[in-house]
Amino acid sequence: MSYSSLEEIVQRCTREQIPFWKAVLLSDMEDRDAGEKESVAAMEQLWKAMQEAAASYDERRQSKSGLAGGMGGQMQMYLEKGGTLSGSFMSRVIAEALKMGESNACMQRIVAAPTAGACGVLPAVLIPLKEAEEIPADRMIEAMYTAAGIGQVIASRAFIAGAAGGCQAEIGSASAMAAGALVSVRGGSPEQIVHAAAMALKNLLGLVCDPVAGLVEVPCIKRNVIGAVNAVSCADMALAGITSRIPPDQVIDAMKEVGESMHISLKETGEGGVANTPEAEKIRKKLTMI
Amino acid sequence: MNIFDILGPVMVGPSSSHTAGAVRIGYVTRTLLGEKPVKADIALSGSFAATGSGHGTDRALIAGLLGMKPDDIRIPDSFQEAEHEGLAFSFRNVRIPEAHPNTALLKVEGEGGRKAEVQASSLGGGRIMINKLDGTEVHCSGACPTLIIRNQDSPGVVSEVTSILSWKRVNIATLQLYRDRRGGSAVMVIETDQPVQKETVSMLEHLEGIERIMYIRCGMTPASIGGE
Repeated sequence: MSYSSLEEIVQRCTREQIPFWKAVLLSDMEDRDAGEKESVAAMEQLWKAMQEAAASYDERRQSKSGLAGGMGGQMQMYLEKGGTLSGSFMSRVIAEALKMGESNACMQRIVAAPTAGACGVLPAVLIPLKEAEEIPADRMIEAMYTAAGIGQVIASRAFIAGAAGGCQAEIGSASAMAAGALVSVRGGSPEQIVHAAAMALKNLLGLVCDPVAGLVEVPCIKRNVIGAVNAVSCADMALAGITSRIPPDQVIDAMKEVGESMHISLKETGEGGVANTPEAEKIRKKLTMI
Repeated sequence: MNIFDILGPVMVGPSSSHTAGAVRIGYVTRTLLGEKPVKADIALSGSFAATGSGHGTDRALIAGLLGMKPDDIRIPDSFQEAEHEGLAFSFRNVRIPEAHPNTALLKVEGEGGRKAEVQASSLGGGRIMINKLDGTEVHCSGACPTLIIRNQDSPGVVSEVTSILSWKRVNIATLQLYRDRRGGSAVMVIETDQPVQKETVSMLEHLEGIERIMYIRCGMTPASIGGE
């Protein structure tokens, strides 16, 4: 059976003396009646697809609307010159998030994590870390399981779709998954993993889904950046021993409550927030004429 | 949702509902038609009509009709592929009352003259629901192997079908029955835990009272929500 709380996963880890990712793997095997090899092979395929998607970024591509394209290249050039405010690792994270978000907008192949709109967050933290520290492939697969386990609990207790709960449900969830994944790579404890996730989700609580002209481009692509950067900060806090004062499952429940009370114009309808600005209206009109 | 509904699918962007789900609707329609489509009249409703073009929903539906899966990198160029494959298509916007916001109605014709009319919705995350088939209301997601059987509404047909499935050790996950009127034309939608073998389908086809059988093989495989 899949887990309905993060607490349940942590308890199983303690009881069976296993790491967080293993508890997720075991539940997947039980859930789908799958063997370990089969499950791991599927996860390896996703990790491979994620890296391929990152490698195939082309800064010359433009989305059909013309709103997306080129930012990943700009960030890359800027960081290669050195001297960025956020330092080399964080700059790589920013560039990677932009690239994946743009590739998605340009109809390239990506891995939804948990959604297509938030597909940049997880690879943006995992790929630069793997490259910077030459982390073995197994560790990355474990991180993917960790992320999936966190996402699964969020999906079962709350939601992961912008139309259901606003951007906090998409980028917020992706950020929580990525924060947990980072702690997992670093060998953090199950408690540290769930607290990193809780802090990441909490920081993005209330984030609205307000896509300009209804497209997964503005502000979605740059929101992938905040999701990724937030994940790194929260993972570091958790590894430093800092915890979420509100228990992780209660943070997820709070996200649900906020999402439910969010006005419909802020849930992927393209009617509120930045989608409701004069400039957005201009863009929308121009696009409907094409 | 299993963990591969959370991570994944591997898909061509930008939207799991407006792009990946749309590919899948096209793909399932092709499966239901049972042959290569040569003509498609597609009506888009709700959000599919409003923001479909920017999300590539139109290209995604055509890609699915051409047999592409949601991770096929040719999806953005599906219109050119359609020309190449001899598929003529048209799009229009409609309002389908009480339909899910992301709904498409596809009327297709195959190279052998078969016709099918499929109304389906994209529910998010690449998951879909077939709502109507040739005007008859049905509800199936195509997430597990699915038999859609058109039969005469007469006593014993359901039990004949389920007996054969049980004999072939195929476990029925869900079973739905629909009919237009008593003694008229009926539809059975059977979702199964195991794939149904070709010879089993052909045995079912030979039963008395069975008019037509369509089989959707595609389940949501972990890394892709495409076919097979």
